[in-house]
Amino acid sequence: MAEQVLLGPGKRSIPRSPAGGPQAPRRRFVVNLRHNLAGYGFMAGAVACFALFSWYPMIREFIMSFQGTHRDPVTRLPKTTWVGWRNYTRIFHDPTFAAAWKNTVEFSLLALLIGFAVPFVVAIVLNELRHARGYLRVLVYLPVMLPPASALLLFQYFYDPNVGLFDHLLHVLHLPTSQFVQSSGSAMVSVVIASTWMNMGGTTLIYLAALQNIPGELYEAAELDGAGILGRIRHVTIPQTRLILSMMLMLQIVGTMQLFIEPFILTNGGAGPDNSTISVVNLIYQYAFNLSGSSNYNSASALGVLLMLVLGVFSALYLWISRDRDK
Amino acid sequence: MTTENITRTLVSSATLNRRRGRILYWIVATLVIAGFTAIFLGPLYFMFTDGLKSTKESVQSPPTLYPHAVHPGNYIDAWNGTGIARLLGNTLYYAFGALAFQLVFDVAAAYAISKLRPRFGDAIFGLMLATLMIPALVLVVPQYLTVADVPVVHLNLIGSPAAIWLPSVANGFSIFLLKRFFDSIPDDLMHAAEIDGAGRIKILWSIVLPMSRPILAVVSIFAVTSVWKDFLWPKLVEGGYSPTRETLNVGLTQAANTSPQNMVIAASAIAAVPAIIFFLVFQRNIMAGLTVGGLKG
Repeated sequence: MAEQVLLGPGKRSIPRSPAGGPQAPRRRFVVNLRHNLAGYGFMAGAVACFALFSWYPMIREFIMSFQGTHRDPVTRLPKTTWVGWRNYTRIFHDPTFAAAWKNTVEFSLLALLIGFAVPFVVAIVLNELRHARGYLRVLVYLPVMLPPASALLLFQYFYDPNVGLFDHLLHVLHLPTSQFVQSSGSAMVSVVIASTWMNMGGTTLIYLAALQNIPGELYEAAELDGAGILGRIRHVTIPQTRLILSMMLMLQIVGTMQLFIEPFILTNGGAGPDNSTISVVNLIYQYAFNLSGSSNYNSASALGVLLMLVLGVFSALYLWISRDRDK
Repeated sequence: MTTENITRTLVSSATLNRRRGRILYWIVATLVIAGFTAIFLGPLYFMFTDGLKSTKESVQSPPTLYPHAVHPGNYIDAWNGTGIARLLGNTLYYAFGALAFQLVFDVAAAYAISKLRPRFGDAIFGLMLATLMIPALVLVVPQYLTVADVPVVHLNLIGSPAAIWLPSVANGFSIFLLKRFFDSIPDDLMHAAEIDGAGRIKILWSIVLPMSRPILAVVSIFAVTSVWKDFLWPKLVEGGYSPTRETLNVGLTQAANTSPQNMVIAASAIAAVPAIIFFLVFQRNIMAGLTVGGLKG
């Protein structure tokens, strides 16, 4: 009779077995057990992977951030002990710590200014065009698909202050030239520009889809009320896409605060001139996998916990905003 | 002017059909098309043509707009010099392996959560979704240590493809998409098959999966592109072996430190070609997947 209970104990229309009989409760228990075991069998592979590579590391990061490793003076073997908040105080006193957070926040703000507003304007314009829409959509999304190393090596070449294309362009346009990633003043902006070029396609297409869902009558009504183009954007477009805009804002904050590969490739290792492009994830990487042998997994974990908490807040906000979107 | 647009947008067709509207429209359209082409195709143009320049021309100031002497041999040298064929092979092996693992394990788990509904299934699903709140990069240190010495079995996966494949299964987003899609398949269909004597695997294989093609396409594209674009994780777990086990992104970055500029650009261009082809072939599915999956940055 087990094969009759393949599907879960949800709403079922067909009565299963002739109810009653002295053995019914016991048989139902066996059937339920077999049913549950089959379910767990299907889930086992994924659950094992989640447990090993996601849930356990999450807990382990917290634990490691309060631990330290040192050599036992007698046996000379490495020993793990609890050190309280010492890893945290150590990273707080590292001058790079403040630089990394400052850079990460600066990148997020600049990336939001450019990477949040520009795709919205671009999407509004694309939505109005009656021609070449498919072509433009493909163009915007193309950089997203490139291997990041390809795109960033190309930008690194463009950013070369002597032979690079961008320097030449500024020169031709009679604008003041720049050292781009090689000067602490312009390095972060250069990172933001490269990153926006690589990543804005996804955001633009999501906005575009949202714009296409705005009922045309709303524009019609607004126009009859005498609203101009800007008025219609303000009173129809923005309120109608408010939900998706705020969701994307949270996602972008979470995404941009994980900045790593852009500075890592553009400034050969991520630090940049005077630590001007080092991000929090770059610093975690430096703490943990420093080539000079001073690697310290525990400091890296402490920094990881801090970043996890910050990003967790924005992720939670995202979920809270999107909670009844599917209804 | 094409009149096939279905819904009205910000600017009405009536406005656009007026003489002034039409002129303005064409000015804006031309500017947008030209501007986008310059911004998004321009860099790619230089990627492919700078790879054709001689080493001397590639570091000349001011830069030339097109190669004055064409050296197609650069591409052959870059192909041979950076071992790019092997890097490409590695990356595809990791990407499609990760796809296979995700399709088997995540589909099975989502099917169990959605349709078999074992006890505590929803709680486990909740824990899986909770991982979406914690981006992977934050956990890179404990994850690395775990892969270097997997608990219980005490295996060191560093340098093995499993170090990429298995963690890719722990993808809350894939499980979420699959589970939500399976939820929309009516139970009645399955009860009917059950009465005909089909087992759980048979129901999954011959009823659920054929109906789920759109979502399987979305999940597959996410799985392949995320491995394709990943950098830090493959750098940590597949680095430093000979012959190399590195991915395209990692190998390319390393080759860039030792190769002349024109070789670096030629190699970058070669590395970009499979991605461009993949995108042009699957562009419909890729761009649809962006919105089907709700949102993911």
